Amino acid sequence: MFARRLFDFPSMGWRHPFTELERMSRRMDQLANAVIGGPGLRWMPAKVYPAINLTEDVNNYYVRAELPGIKSDALDVQVIGKNLTISGERTIPSEGESIRYHRREREAGKFSRVIGLPGDIEPERVDAKMVNGVLTVTMAKAEASKPKQITVH
Amino acid sequence: MTDSKELQVKTKHEVTTPAEQTKPGLVFTPDVDIFEDERRLTLLADMPGVANEDVKIDLNDGVLSIAGEVKPFEGADESDVLIEFDTGRYYRQFTLSEVIDQNRLEAKLEDGVLRLILPKAEKAIPRRITVAAG
Repeated sequence: MFARRLFDFPSMGWRHPFTELERMSRRMDQLANAVIGGPGLRWMPAKVYPAINLTEDVNNYYVRAELPGIKSDALDVQVIGKNLTISGERTIPSEGESIRYHRREREAGKFSRVIGLPGDIEPERVDAKMVNGVLTVTMAKAEASKPKQITVH
Repeated sequence: MTDSKELQVKTKHEVTTPAEQTKPGLVFTPDVDIFEDERRLTLLADMPGVANEDVKIDLNDGVLSIAGEVKPFEGADESDVLIEFDTGRYYRQFTLSEVIDQNRLEAKLEDGVLRLILPKAEKAIPRRITVAAG
């Protein structure tokens, strides 16, 4: 009983010395599955608005974000070193004096997000375009970061 | 002018209807604002990635359906580095309590936001009747 009082707090009862480890290992499994798991789970939820998809091919990095209702001139896209900053503000215009809302799900507000790119890019060759509310930023990789095919003879 | 608040990330809501979709792919419910004034009902839906020709609006028996097709963003040669949102079609259905004049629906898609104007049928517009004196 003495031992029990000692070891019952916080959760490391002497009867189950491995409970903590088991719990941790289960948690790690969950995390691992969340990153590389099933078809519906391949994305990590974003913590900062907007959610982006970062992809690459041999020549460029591509960053895409869904930004409905934002015009190109309300957006501020900057590149500094290996960081891409996307900021702006979404405003929802007032629709009139004598209207009654039945549903209001869209939100307005400011946002700013810095995305660290995995490799160097050429700041002179960055293209950003906004089509149908989707922003696509295409950044050319620096020559040194492009994969070079080595022939083996 | 007060400081506007910061936008928060919202996970996209997948459609959860008992009716199954016939085409493969994810389907999301777009966020909407619905408001009315005396003459019309207006619906604004966030559907980024949908082009003008890919929107379908259907009003049938008091049920309004809006659907938007999204072409996949990524090119075939691109490989994923970090994916934070999925892309898929948009679909949402509403039951309208107002009587709508179906011939005068107006729809405009701008910056990924669909603005749908549903004018109320003539008989649904409240009319003030002035009572003459004497």
